[in-house]
Amino acid sequence: MSDVSYVRTEMLPEKAPPVGQQGLIKWFRENMFSSIPNSILSILAIWAIYAVLSHILPWVFQSSWNASSLTECRANIVAEYGEGATGACWAVVNERFPQLIYGFYPQELRWRLDLAFVGMLVALAPVLFDKLPKKMLWFTAVYPFLAFWLLWGGSIWLPVSIIAGFVLGVVAFKVIGKMFGSLAGMVSVAFVPIIWWLLFAGGAADIAQSIIPLSIQSVPSSQFGGLSLSIIIGVTGIAFSLPIGIVLALGRQSDLMIVKVLCVGFIEFIRGVPLITLLFVASTLLNYFMPPGTNFDIILRVIIMVTLFSAAYMAEVIRGGLAALPKGQYEGADSLGLDFWQATRLVIMPQALKISIPNIVSSFIGLFKDTTLVSIIGLLDPLGLSTNIRADQNWNGIIWELYGFVAVMFFIFCFSMSRYSMYLERKLQTGH
Amino acid sequence: MKKSVFIGTLAAVSVTAGMAAASTLDDVKAAGELKCGVSTGLVGFAAADANGVYHGFDVAVCRAVAAAVLGDGDKVKFVPTTGKTRFTALASGEVDMLARNTTWTFSRDVDLKFEFIGVNYYDGQGFMVPKALGVASAKDLDGATVCIQTGTTTELNLADYFRSNNISYEPVPIETNAEGQAQYLSGACDVYTTDASGLAATRATFEKPDDHVVLPEIISKEPLGPLVRHGDNQWGDIIRWTLNALITAEELGVTSANIDKMSMEAGNNPEINRLLGTEGDLGGMLGLDKEWAKRAVAQSGNYGEIFDSNIGEGSPVGIARGLNASWTDGGLLYTPPFR
Repeated sequence: MSDVSYVRTEMLPEKAPPVGQQGLIKWFRENMFSSIPNSILSILAIWAIYAVLSHILPWVFQSSWNASSLTECRANIVAEYGEGATGACWAVVNERFPQLIYGFYPQELRWRLDLAFVGMLVALAPVLFDKLPKKMLWFTAVYPFLAFWLLWGGSIWLPVSIIAGFVLGVVAFKVIGKMFGSLAGMVSVAFVPIIWWLLFAGGAADIAQSIIPLSIQSVPSSQFGGLSLSIIIGVTGIAFSLPIGIVLALGRQSDLMIVKVLCVGFIEFIRGVPLITLLFVASTLLNYFMPPGTNFDIILRVIIMVTLFSAAYMAEVIRGGLAALPKGQYEGADSLGLDFWQATRLVIMPQALKISIPNIVSSFIGLFKDTTLVSIIGLLDPLGLSTNIRADQNWNGIIWELYGFVAVMFFIFCFSMSRYSMYLERKLQTGH
Repeated sequence: MKKSVFIGTLAAVSVTAGMAAASTLDDVKAAGELKCGVSTGLVGFAAADANGVYHGFDVAVCRAVAAAVLGDGDKVKFVPTTGKTRFTALASGEVDMLARNTTWTFSRDVDLKFEFIGVNYYDGQGFMVPKALGVASAKDLDGATVCIQTGTTTELNLADYFRSNNISYEPVPIETNAEGQAQYLSGACDVYTTDASGLAATRATFEKPDDHVVLPEIISKEPLGPLVRHGDNQWGDIIRWTLNALITAEELGVTSANIDKMSMEAGNNPEINRLLGTEGDLGGMLGLDKEWAKRAVAQSGNYGEIFDSNIGEGSPVGIARGLNASWTDGGLLYTPPFR
């Protein structure tokens, strides 16, 4: 009697899948060679990628980093890689890197730009990531003035007196609003700060400066340039165009006729005009209107124009978000007894903004790239600087290296913006 | 509301604009710096180095004026202007003078209400072709594709030249000199045409400059000079005579090396004495001091020295003096006497 059982008592171990059904081979089969047309397309694509890279990569890496002129670059490359070799002359980027980043900002003061940049990241952090403590928002509120002071220098009392205008506006809103009702409060918010800024702010700053002198070396706008200029214009435009755009979008939907007409007129006018035209107005036409000798800062003028331009587009993007909200949301907010501002703040805007995120970020990226247009009116942004660098006989004839470097710098910023927007969309996702 | 404020401001501004018209000289002295419009970058004529310091042939004129007026050639605020913004920048007072390789033409002088104060460089439009094309004269260029900057006088000159010679061409429009270089080198056009000085500077950057030739024909007159606004003749005179002082200094053999010695005391040549202020008071007539011209020349040398160090045969650009030699050497530079 043998102990034979016909039923297996233990499980067989898993076998490895056949070679054709695992790893790279499976992936290639499924994704690239699943049918004859797909195979042909895959081979063509691989060939195209190879053709492009085989030209670009040697040029990028068979290069010279240390030279003082294009001729020296070429000599270096020939010496290293043999007769007839050609490659990139990255030495120009190596030599002019500080200039491409800081422009003509005085060397010993460049720490101020660095500090302003770090400050910008700190100020942005609580806006971008809601896990950070809310108290950091106070720094965000003060940061624009701090940055202005750091970048342009001069007396600290000028930004302080500008902040005072906002404080006065809030006080006026509280006091007048209590005495004469909320409409009068709104009006006073608009006018009290403007009157302060136009008539008293400059004098107050001078007086404060004469009592407690507190100033750092001032840097004129003509010294700004390079990537830092693009960031200054781009970030300021981005930061201010969103709130202005929200107000315009709400105004466009308003039942108040004058508000509506003003908003529609502004948006349609700005959208109907190319940005470059507005920049020309900023750089040349405004000068004719100013009294001779007035120095209305060119960068400030450009920032204002860029912000207005971007705000008009932003308004339309946000209007799209508002239009996408079902009417029930408005009615639901009303039925809860919320007034207009409460409903907008708590119910409408959070949803409308969420819908608009991809478009808002697209506008931001567009705005950031549009800052290169300022090279046409003679500001030395990275593209303007590349012309200038080429005008140095040592570097004349260098084209792709400079443009390539500028492209990489812009790509880093635009790509991070796009990644952040995707993170934000995932986080705000409520559809599951 | 905002609009009416704006219009009101405009009205107020236009009133004050009529009243406040101090002389440019006083403005410059009060500001302590000369605002000089230059190119955003042109090889040999204006370029900023890695430290942000401007150099170049046009830049030297600005520095000479600053030295004459303010006593320091570094007290210049260089305002980079593009071909599109240069005239409004000058007309609106954003700059006090423009030294930006600008061609002196009738309409710019008369219609745009500027005053060209002289010529600091006589340029002309030329052609560059690859040697392999086997062309010896511009008249052989029938049917050629030509890279040409749009919106410039060179475009019009080219059309005129080909029409008057009864030959045809196909234009390849480009926007900047850098684009022109790239297109020409990649073979998108047979011929590159721009000012002869630009051609020389471009050719000097090629990997194999000897494979390319600049044709002998110069098809246009491009007298480049500094300019100021109409209406302030004293300021115009200051710049005109500063430029003349640089040219005259070369003619008289006054250089940055010997100027200190020459201006110590009056020498035998009365014109040198008048120029350097050791005799007479020409500076006083301009509203400046006696040593204005001495400082202007000492700043970066006389005309010849400026030419050599920036665009001349001693520099990488390597342009021969040609028309820009003194009249005593067969060139066109001829200034009225300092008397």
